[in-house]
Amino acid sequence: MSEALHAEWTKARTVAGTGWLLLGAIVLTVGLSAVVALAVSYSSTGSGQDITKLSLAGVDIGQAVVAILAVQTIAGEYSSGMIHITLTAMPNRLALLAAKAAIVSALVLAAGAVAVLGSLYAGRLILPAHGFTAAHGYALLALTHGLTLRAALGSVLYLALVGLLSLGVAAAVRDCATAIGIVLGLLYLFPILAHLVGGPSLQRHLEQIGPMTAGLAIQATTNLHHLPIAPWAGLAVLAAWAAAALLAGAVLLRLRDA
Amino acid sequence: MSVTSAPYRSEMPDGRDGFGELLHAEWTKFRTVRGWVITAVAAALLIVLFAYLGTFHHEDGGICVGANPASGTCQSFAHPTPPLGPGGEAVTDTYSFVHRTLAGDGSITVRVSSLSGRVQAGNGNAASATDMAGASGQVQPWAKAGLILTATTKPGSAYAAVMLTGAHGVRMQYDYTHDAAGPAVHTPRWLRLTRSGTTLTGYQSADGRTWTRVGSAHLASLPQIVQAGLFVTSPPTAPAEQALVPGSGGVATGATATFGWPDLQGGWSPGGWAAENVGANVDNAVLPTLSSVGSRRSGSGFTITGSGDIAPSVGGGETDKNALTGVFVGLIALIVLAVMSITGEYRRGLIHTTLTASPRRGRVLIAKAVVIAAVAFVAGAAAAAVSIPLGNHILRANGNYVYPAGTLTQLRVVLGTGALVALAAVLALALGTALRRGAGAVTAAILLVVLPYMLAFASALPAGASQWLMRITPDAAFAVQQTLPQYHQVAYLYTPSEGFYPLAPGIGLAVLAAYALVALLVAHRLLRTRDA
Repeated sequence: MSEALHAEWTKARTVAGTGWLLLGAIVLTVGLSAVVALAVSYSSTGSGQDITKLSLAGVDIGQAVVAILAVQTIAGEYSSGMIHITLTAMPNRLALLAAKAAIVSALVLAAGAVAVLGSLYAGRLILPAHGFTAAHGYALLALTHGLTLRAALGSVLYLALVGLLSLGVAAAVRDCATAIGIVLGLLYLFPILAHLVGGPSLQRHLEQIGPMTAGLAIQATTNLHHLPIAPWAGLAVLAAWAAAALLAGAVLLRLRDA
Repeated sequence: MSVTSAPYRSEMPDGRDGFGELLHAEWTKFRTVRGWVITAVAAALLIVLFAYLGTFHHEDGGICVGANPASGTCQSFAHPTPPLGPGGEAVTDTYSFVHRTLAGDGSITVRVSSLSGRVQAGNGNAASATDMAGASGQVQPWAKAGLILTATTKPGSAYAAVMLTGAHGVRMQYDYTHDAAGPAVHTPRWLRLTRSGTTLTGYQSADGRTWTRVGSAHLASLPQIVQAGLFVTSPPTAPAEQALVPGSGGVATGATATFGWPDLQGGWSPGGWAAENVGANVDNAVLPTLSSVGSRRSGSGFTITGSGDIAPSVGGGETDKNALTGVFVGLIALIVLAVMSITGEYRRGLIHTTLTASPRRGRVLIAKAVVIAAVAFVAGAAAAAVSIPLGNHILRANGNYVYPAGTLTQLRVVLGTGALVALAAVLALALGTALRRGAGAVTAAILLVVLPYMLAFASALPAGASQWLMRITPDAAFAVQQTLPQYHQVAYLYTPSEGFYPLAPGIGLAVLAAYALVALLVAHRLLRTRDA
């Protein structure tokens, strides 16, 4: 197993794309978080804003880059033909997938931590200037606040789970474009459909089962009673999606010819 | 003696390499990849499937009454059927009316001495009967008090009215959708409405002696005998953004105006004044109204309290947007398809054959764009043509009110949806050509087309920022799906999430077309300058 890990780490390390994608995930996450923080102001939205969730809005876009990274890790090998060499050298396909999952998780956790801290720091700098001050009942964003810490940790875990979901889907469909289409469809369609369908009960159900809508419940720090799903339960829903995708990927990887 | 033999020349005529052949080749490539054809068909079917999913759940359909924004629930649901105006549009026609019968030509003149307002007590979340009776508050900007001449007192009748408004001065309005501004003045004011045949003219004056014309209306179908007199009405406050539950119509308000004694000229029938609360008994509770309305004689005139509106109806019913829920699902499938139609060639090495057979690379790109745009257009338009009647039928069957839309509007939505997905597919194809990587290109296209919509509606962005997203991102094209016009004389939350887009349909589509064109130009340049 350690050989498999070492091999996968070497691949990830030596492919030029990895670094750029991780950097892109960080830049886009912090960038969108900052733009959203700049777009809102106390005067336009009033009280009741969840400024922690607001300053972590960049995860919405960062997850797409994470998905590319994870999809490329395995579907990229199919498109370049590298998969034949990989499987010749490492005939134990489940160990291979496990090694890829471990490397993707480690990379995304590291980049995600930087991105989330950067986003919170951007929010901490921008939001008070936009009226979200103690005078209006908004404390300065700080990781010492328990719920903010949970939101930050949860967002990093969220990104890692999105990576695992993408890896599982990519292992199952073996094509980059298709895999990324499926992953981004799963992520982005649930919030949009929940918005478009009118009935509150169906809307709530969609938000409870959608990997993104449920998973991002972890970012909430206010109005916790009105969430469609409890924060950790929501992250568990995403984990279930990721586990199901990895399972499907593992079974198909095991059964099919490369 | 030597025999010379001519080298072999094929008997076959030379192959042509025009654009037609190129198109044919690209179409053949598309047609013969089974997965692509299945994806295109699946995209259309998904749009229709989600039209069903997006509408059938309205089992508790109707207008949300007593909306609670915190839990997103409603106390109950009304089942309104708004009256239709002379132009066939859904209208609100609820006002307090003190009137007499006028046969033929005539005029009515009155002094409006004051106009005040009230707002429903409570916060609108759980309005009780006593709340609806009203409390203190400001006069609404579009509260109306003045003179009206109407064919009948049945809601939806043809009418013309000259009025004083809460904050928009004197107005001349007729047949619900027409509005002409007079001077921006306040009470006290003199108003006059005259009828001459089918022409109605409104005047206003500061002193009752010097009159200026506000506007006039030609109501072709006006009968000989009409009802005319004094009216007061006051529309609900525009729902606040944070407190908006889809379908909730704002907070009920009322207005009270004191009038002097009306001066009548012409063919007025003898007898007294009749008081009527027009539209109060009709089950058309699209707008919340106060319950305590009516009129009384006061001194040498009338004091009238009204609640409601005489205007086109814009909120509370359903539009085609619900039936087109699935466009996003189909869009993602078509984006993947468009990207693969070029990245697949790079992956398989087919691009070498393609560019050898047709060295003019720009034309290859254009041929691909034409084929993928045609496929996407057909899939999108066909799916929309099925989805809209299906979705609207399900909504109506479940007791929802669906706003009527003209045939031309429906056609625009159907063709516009086809154009929207076609342009998005071309954008995706261009991104695929430029990036040559399936994952990157699909992600870029989805982030451009789907993410702005998600950020605009499913995030904490304020309405202003959402409006800008719907102007400058490719999602501006969703304006083609707007079926209800926006009326400046009706205060409402005209946000994209309520189905109102900031750009006109054609302009919105042009924004997406500009994105597709720029991406295509960049892709063209890269395709020509790079080795395959």
